Amino acid sequence: MIDFFKKLFKPEGSSSTARERLRLVLLSDHLSLAPDVVESLKLDLIAVISKYVEVDEAACDVTFERQDAAIAMMANIPILSMKTRPPSPPPTPSGPPPAPEPPPSSFGTPATAKVADEPAAAKPPSPPRRKRRRRRANVSPSLGNAAPVPG
Amino acid sequence: MHDVQPEPIAPVIPKPRGRAIVITSGKGGVGKTTTTANIGAALARTGATVVLVDADVGLRNLDIVMGLEARVRHHVLDVLESRATLDDALVVDKRVSTLRLLAAAQTREKDEVDTQAMHDLIDRLREQFDYVLIDCPAGIEMGFQNAIVGADEAIVVCTPEVSAVRDADRVVGLLGNREKIWLVVNRLRPALVRKGKMLSVDDVNAILRLPLLGVIADEPGVIVSTNKGEPLALDDASPTGAAYRAIAGRIAGTDTSAPVIPTEPTAMQRLGAFFGGSAR
Repeated sequence: MIDFFKKLFKPEGSSSTARERLRLVLLSDHLSLAPDVVESLKLDLIAVISKYVEVDEAACDVTFERQDAAIAMMANIPILSMKTRPPSPPPTPSGPPPAPEPPPSSFGTPATAKVADEPAAAKPPSPPRRKRRRRRANVSPSLGNAAPVPG
Repeated sequence: MHDVQPEPIAPVIPKPRGRAIVITSGKGGVGKTTTTANIGAALARTGATVVLVDADVGLRNLDIVMGLEARVRHHVLDVLESRATLDDALVVDKRVSTLRLLAAAQTREKDEVDTQAMHDLIDRLREQFDYVLIDCPAGIEMGFQNAIVGADEAIVVCTPEVSAVRDADRVVGLLGNREKIWLVVNRLRPALVRKGKMLSVDDVNAILRLPLLGVIADEPGVIVSTNKGEPLALDDASPTGAAYRAIAGRIAGTDTSAPVIPTEPTAMQRLGAFFGGSAR
C-alpha cells in the first residue's frame, strides 16, 4: 500500500536503472579486455620491481578501472623486503608525481619512489631477513599512474 | 651566387584533399544511414561537393533513403573490380547538383571487399570531392574495417539506450586515433527524458565523452522522409532538418554554436500538428 503511494507521487524513472546498468556493463567490458595481455603486463611489472625490492609474487594483483577520461591501472604489489643494494643509479624519491600518462616503460618507477619515501628505506640497508615485514605499495592511485588502454 | 634558371611555376595549385568522414555506431538500427543521407544533403546544399559511399555491402540502403534507388546502375564493387568507371557509378542526386551517391552491392558479401582497394577508392574520391561520407555497416567485422579504413574523421551515431551506448563505446575504442571523432545522439524523446524514462544526452556523453555534433529528436518527420526518400535536411520547414543543417555547419566549421537539445513541442505546436499535419 505504501509502495503504491510512493509510486503514485514519486514516479521512479527507468533511466536511473539504465544508467546503472550501463555503468556496470561498461566496467566489465573494460575489465575483460584481453586477460592474457593483463597477465603478461603483470609479470613484466613484477620483473621490473623485483630489481629493486623483493615482492610477494603470489599476492600481486593488477586490475583496470575506468576513471574520468581514461582507464587507470591499479597494481597492488606487496613488498616483502628491500634489496640490500639497489641497482645503480638509485631512483630519486623527490619530485612531483609523474605526468598523467607516463610512457609504459616508467611503470616500475612509482613503486620504487613510493617505497623510498618511507623512513625505513632511508636508513642504511639492514639485513634482509630481519625486517621481513609485508609492506604494501599501491602503485597507481596515489601517483596517478594512468595507463590508457584502447577500449 | 649561382645563376639559377628559374623553374617554371606550376600553374595549377593542387586542390586540397577532401575530408573523409565515416558514420558509424556499432549497433544496427540507430540511424546511421539516415544521418549520412541528411548530413550529406545538408553539406551539399551549401555548395560543397559531397559523395556518399554506402559501405554496407550486401544490405544496400542509402540509395533508398536518398530516393535514388531507380538511378543506381553500378556499385562500389563494380568500381573496385573495374567493371565500371568511377564516374559511371556515381549517381547524381535529383535535388542537389553537388551531391553524388556511390551505392553498395546488394548481392555480395562484406568480406568480398578488399580493404586496401577500398582505401584507394576513398583516396580517389577525396581528390574529387570536398566531403566523402561513408555509411558504415553495423557490427565491427570486416565491413566495419573496410568502411573506416580511408576515413580520418568519424561520426558516432548513438541512441539513448544502454545497448547503443555500449556498442558506441566499443566502436570508439576500435576507431583509435582519428583526427576527429564526433557524437550524434539520435532518436531522443524529450518527454521521456523529462520523466526520467530515457537516458539524457548528458548521460550518454558521460560515457562516450565525445564532442557533441548534434541531437536529433525521435519524431514522425524522420519516418515520413525515409518513406518518401527525401532527406529532411532539404526541408526548410522541419526543425529536424534544421538540426541536420546545423550539424553540417559544425562539420564545415561555419556554425560554432552549441548543439540544441530538442525539447517537447508546445501545446500550440501540437495543436498545429493535429490540424495541419505537416508530417504525412
